[in-house]
Parts: sequence; structure tokens; C-alpha cells
Amino acid sequence: MLSVIWETEGLQTVGIVLLVFASIKLLHMLGLISFSEDSIEDELELSTVRHRPEGLEQLEAQTRFSRKELQILYRGFKNECPSGVVNEDTFKEIYAQFFPQGDASTYAHFLFNAFDTDHNGSLSFEDFVMGLSILLRGTVQEKLNWAFNLYDINKDGYITKEEMLDIMKAIYDMMGKCTYPVLKEETPRQHVEVFFQKMDKNKDGVVTIDEFIDCCQNDENIMRSMHIFENVL
Amino acid sequence: MATGTAAWLPFARAAAIGWMPVASCPMPLAPRDNSKKKDELIMLNVSGRRFQTWRTTLDRYPDTLLGSSEKDFFYNEEAKEYFFDRDPDVFRSILNFYRTGKLHYPRQECISAYDEELTFFGIIPEIIGDCCYEEYKDRKRENLERLQDDQEDNKDMKLPNMTIRETMWRAFENPHTSTMALVFYYVTGFFIAISVITNVVETVPCGATPHHKNMPCGERYTVAFFCMDTACVMIFTVEYLLRLFAAPSRYRFMRSVMSIIDVVAILPYYIGLVMSNNEDVSGAFVTLRVFRVFRIFKFSRHSQGLRILGYTLKSCASELGFLLFSLTMAIIIFATVMFYAEKGSSSSKFTSIPASFWYTIVTMTTLGYGDMVPKTIAGKIFGSICSLSGVLVIALPVPVIVSNFSRIYHQNQRADKRRAQKVQKTRQARIRIAKSGSANAFLASKHHGLLNELLELTGTEEDEQKLIRNTSLLESQHHHLLHCLEKTTAHEFVDEHMFEQNCLEEALQSYPSRSPSVSSQGSCTICCCGSRRHPDPRVPRGPLQELSALHIQSSQLAVHPSSRSNLNLRAEDGSRVNCKGGQVTTAIISLPSPPSLAPHREGRHHPHHPTTTTISNVFRVKVQLLEKMLLK
Repeated sequence: MLSVIWETEGLQTVGIVLLVFASIKLLHMLGLISFSEDSIEDELELSTVRHRPEGLEQLEAQTRFSRKELQILYRGFKNECPSGVVNEDTFKEIYAQFFPQGDASTYAHFLFNAFDTDHNGSLSFEDFVMGLSILLRGTVQEKLNWAFNLYDINKDGYITKEEMLDIMKAIYDMMGKCTYPVLKEETPRQHVEVFFQKMDKNKDGVVTIDEFIDCCQNDENIMRSMHIFENVL
Repeated sequence: MATGTAAWLPFARAAAIGWMPVASCPMPLAPRDNSKKKDELIMLNVSGRRFQTWRTTLDRYPDTLLGSSEKDFFYNEEAKEYFFDRDPDVFRSILNFYRTGKLHYPRQECISAYDEELTFFGIIPEIIGDCCYEEYKDRKRENLERLQDDQEDNKDMKLPNMTIRETMWRAFENPHTSTMALVFYYVTGFFIAISVITNVVETVPCGATPHHKNMPCGERYTVAFFCMDTACVMIFTVEYLLRLFAAPSRYRFMRSVMSIIDVVAILPYYIGLVMSNNEDVSGAFVTLRVFRVFRIFKFSRHSQGLRILGYTLKSCASELGFLLFSLTMAIIIFATVMFYAEKGSSSSKFTSIPASFWYTIVTMTTLGYGDMVPKTIAGKIFGSICSLSGVLVIALPVPVIVSNFSRIYHQNQRADKRRAQKVQKTRQARIRIAKSGSANAFLASKHHGLLNELLELTGTEEDEQKLIRNTSLLESQHHHLLHCLEKTTAHEFVDEHMFEQNCLEEALQSYPSRSPSVSSQGSCTICCCGSRRHPDPRVPRGPLQELSALHIQSSQLAVHPSSRSNLNLRAEDGSRVNCKGGQVTTAIISLPSPPSLAPHREGRHHPHHPTTTTISNVFRVKVQLLEKMLLK
């Protein structure tokens, strides 16, 4: 008789104890409780990503900047990004500060991809300074090349209407809401149409690099505006 | 610009080359960088301690003392340095602000000294970084309270010329201002006490009488208790009505907690008067009497501590909520466990899980009535775990509540918390304003720039000198960048006010006299390109070729005679000048064209923004770009 009572009670007890331990394990897995000290430290991700650029002489050779200019550029760059690299989010924040009325994040994304030539997800000082060298001191051909690279989102050598539409929308997003005249939905699309009419000579729906460069070189306005920023530094 | 992104401005401007191929309109000229001086080290001597930094570091924040030309006042010629007779320790944090863009508040500094230094150097305290802002605000609040405690002694001076209403309200809120108020205060307090005691005593059994069994006093001396109740309710009603009359904002008074308590306290009596003869609802009537106990809450007007306790409970709502939630969780868990543990034993009181709730609550709060006791071994094990965990779960939030209460009681901070919420909003607003200052600065400088050019065109020397542009080079470069974006997309930045106006006007433009704005908006994408200009030599117009429409709100019409002929040319647009005075009309005014700007110089791109002219304060000027008119 006693053994029967013990059996049932014991089974119940064992079952209940198992249940309790299972719930404790569940809580531990959810991270609500922790038994050892080390588990907390896993969460502290020490970002020791630090990047040091190549020497001054190498950069001087690779870009068209003088030593002094490189010094000024690096000082400003390092001040903003002490770790030596800019990741995409920081880049978007910085770029957004120049356009307080609109949303510059999409365009900043495209710009980031255009500058990040080795596609490693972060902009180092070399990328920064190479891009600037092309934009400020390069030939018109190089600048147009760079612009084509910016528009060609998937870097396949052709600018399609969809890519151009994305870029155009990103640019119009930077204007924000309070514009005059009021921005309409189809304004970017119309702009893209105008662009394609001008650039796409053989009407095949895409713009290649040669069509692009040819067309831009024949357009006075574009040629003239390429030289505006020459004395930026 | 708000933050230290000056280093990235050349980059942003260079990246603007990406807009060039898609731009619809030609780009404006860049501002010239006349200062070709090299970046130099500046020496700052602050009370003998020397700091050095680059000039460009200081130029990052042009609206502060060190970033603007205001520091020239402190220039010491012989030593070739800037001398400031201020605290060098605080200056360290200020200079670090320029270097890193973040302002930190050093904990060991006195808050008022720090504030003074910030004001001296022209830095708003709202820029203090989030890491130090809480500390700064706490210290500032403590300081304010200390000042307030000094001021409160002077608060009770009677202001002259107060109306009866204001006097009464002051008497109600601060009883020690006059004798009458004090008397009123004590009388109401006395009657509240009487009322509460009456409610309590009337339920006490009064002893047996020959013809009635043991019954409570309330039923024995019905008349006496009724009279007492009536007297108290009359006093309370009079008090409530007087407060309602004296309140500066009656609606706010009626919504306040104290007045609701007053109403709830006296309402059962009146309801009872109305319903006293109806036997069916006597059950509900009895329930209503329960609400009479709310009269005890009226004491909270008389006791500061009670008010603070109530406020503490309200402010600790989150801790109380956590306590309640964790208790509920624990109760359910343990009740379930106990039920299944005790299921096997016979004659167990744990008949269901809800029945086990009672055991769990009694055990966790360490009451231990003993009416339900586990009998099995498993039940006893889990019962002991239950009581141990109960102690822990209840003990955790209690110190928080206690410390909150003592803090509030000692500092009496209810009004300050309300003020602190407003300060938080104003902090965000100030930072937003400072940041949006850059956006507004662009729009403002556009107007500035246009006025400048207009004066250049009309050639008045004195006026030109009045508009001395004191925007820094950095700002002008930033504005040039924004201007390039405008030209790329052929849309302009406007401020919110104008934007809303435009939206309203577009909605209004449904009647037949269509203003020219509608027609030109549709073709605006091509209207500003210079290549389409064909100036009409008959019309005295230069390459400005812009149309300004004035919304005139007075009855004057300033319609240029030559433009009327142009109106006739545009007959197909159906635009008519509405000559009725006093209404909103649109008139077309052509800007005077200087003879020097010949029509054929399309290639020369002056930085012509769409011109905004303020002709007089009466007219609100709306600028539109004209294209069709000049294609004729």
C-alpha cells in the first residue's frame, strides 16, 4: 500500500520538478536570468575596427592633391571619424545634415556605393580622397565616368530607366516637402523621360557609357557646370 | 551650421557633380573663396593658461563668440594672442566642444558658474550632449528650488486690487493668509471629521432595548444621525459651490481630483433624498452609502503629506505595475504547481487552481492564515519555495516606492515636475530651432541675396552698404550647394508658411479668372532654362524674364501699363485682372530691366534666383517663373 502511494506521489513529484527545471532553462535561454558571469560580456561588442591609411607619399602619388591639402583633408576626416572609417549609417547622418529639409538617406546610400570602390561596406580615407581627387582635380572624362558609375546602381555598364528613376527619386527626396512649385508624383518620372530622350541615342532603352559621355560633351550647360567646383579645396 | 560637419562640406560639394548631368537648369556660380590664407594656429590665453587650436576648428560654429569676429575684441596686439579673463577650467570643456562637436558638463563645476561661462561664449546649454544632460538638468533644478525657497517667503504679500473672487480663491488655496480663511479651514476640517465619525459610529451595535434586538446605533437614533448627516452635507455643498464660484478656471476646477472627491462625497445624500421612498432600489441605496467614506479623502486638502502620498503612488505607477504583474505571474505559477502536487492527496482543500490562488496569495505575503495547508511532501516543498519567493518579489519594488516618497516629501516637487516636462519640450524645440536655423538661414539668405542684386541693379550705393553680408564663407558655400540642388530639380525650397499658402491657393484657383500661376506651373520644368529665352524687344523686359504676381489685399492696384498689353497677348490663358477693390487679385508687374544686361547674353549666368521684391509691406509678393509669355 505504501509503495503505491510512494509511486504515485513520487511520479508526480518527479514530473513537477522536471517542469520547474524546464521553465528555468527556458528563462535562461530567453536571457532573463543568467547563471555565470561570462554570458554578460558576450553582449559587449568591442568594435576595434580601426584603420590607418597609407603613407602621405603614397597618397600624394595616387591622387592629385598636394601634401598640405592631404593634411587638411585627413585632419577633418579623422576628427569626424576617429576610427578612421565611415560606415554607411554615419555617412547618411553626415550627409543628411546638409539637407535639413528633405530626406537625404537614399541618395547618400547611392553616393556611398559610388565612393566605396572596393565594396567593403565602409569608407576609408583612401576611398574618400580618391573620390575627391577625381571630382575636384580630374579631367572632364573622369568626372563623367564617375557620374555614370553613380547612376549605374548595379554596375553593369548600362543605365536603365529604373535605375535612373531610383536616383531621380532620391534626389527629389532631398528637396523635402516644402518646395515651390509643389512636387508631384510624376515629376521624377518626367525628369527621367527628358533625360533618356536626351541621352539615349539609339533608343534601346538603356544608356551606355559612350552615349552618356558623348551626349554630355555636346551639352554646353553640363560642360560648364563640371567646372564649378574646381576651387573647392 | 549646427554641428561640426564643416570638414565634410567640400566632400558634399564635390559629390554635387553627380547632379550635373541630370540638371534641368544651369547651375549658379560658386561663391569665391577670397581668403587664401593658410590654416593657422590660434593662441588663446585664458587667465594665464594657454590653449592653441586651428583657426578652422573655431570657425565651425560661427554663431558663437570664438567662431565669429566678436573675438577680435579680445585680441592682444603685443602678444599676438586672444586674451580672455575667464575661468580656464571651464574653458577646457568649451574648447573641447569646438574640437569634438559635443559639449560636456564637468560634474565638479558649479552650475551657475558653468551657465555663465556658456552665456559668455555664446553657446546654448541645450547642446549639452546626452551623456551629461541629465546631470546638468538635475543640478539646475536643485538650484532653482533653492532660489524658490528663498522667494516663497515673499509670496504671501497681498496684491492690491484683487477682486472678491481672487481673494476667495487665495483664501481657499492658502489658509494662513487671513483669519477668515483659517476659520473656514478648521471648520471644514472639523465637519469632515464629524461626518466620518458619524458614518463609523452608526454601524456600531448600541445595545439591546426591550422591544428591539441588538441593532446598530444608526437604526436606533435615526433622526439624530440624519440631522448630523444633513448638517455636514450642507456645509460641504456650500464649500463646493463657493470654490466653484471662486475658481479662476471653472472647467479646470471641475476636472480636478479634489472637486470630483467633493462631488462624490455629497452626491449619495442627495440621491438618497430623492429615492428614499422607493423600496425596490433600497439595495442600491445601501451601496451608495459606501461612497460616503470618500469624505475622508477630503482630508487631503488639509494634509500635505496625504497629497504627497497620493502623488507618489501616481508617480510610482510603473513600479506598482511591475509589482502587480510579477505577483500575478508568481501566483499563477505556484497555484498551478500546488494544485497538481496536492491532487493526489485525499480531502485536499486545493480543489481547483483558482482555489489554490488564495493559498498562494496568503503564503507569498507571509500571512499564513492556515485555512489551507498542503499535506503531500511535494506540496510542502513547493509551499516553502512559494513563501520564500513571495518575500523576494514583494520586497523588490518597495524600496523604490519608499525612496520616491521621501524624495518627494522632502522636496515637494510636484510643480517642478510639471515645469520639467515643459522644459524638456522647450529643449527639443530650441535644438530643433537651432538646427532648422540652417534651413531658414538658406531661405533668409536667398531673400538677402536677391535684395542685394536688386540694389546692384538699381545702383543705390547706400542701400548696398546697408546689406552687408555677414554670412561666413562656410555658410555661403552651403547655400550654394542647396542652390545647385534647386537648379537640378527645378524646384525651390520654401518655408512651411509659404508652402501652406501655395497649397491653399492651388485649391482656390478654380474660378474662371485663372491666374497665370496655374499655367506656368505645368510647364515649370522647362521654364527656367535659359536656352528658350526670346525676349520681346517691344516690351521693356530684360533677360530677367520673370513674372511676379502680387496678391493685393488693399484696394490699390499697381498694374503696370505695359503689362496690360501682355495680358492681352496671353488671352488664351483667360487671365483677367479683377479690378474690384478689396479682394485678392493678381496683377502682373514687370521688373525694371537695366540696360546693361543685354538680352543676348544668355550665356552669362548671373546667380539669378527667382526674385523676391518687397515693394511695400502691404503687398505679399509671390514670385513665379514666366515662360509662355516670352515665347511669343
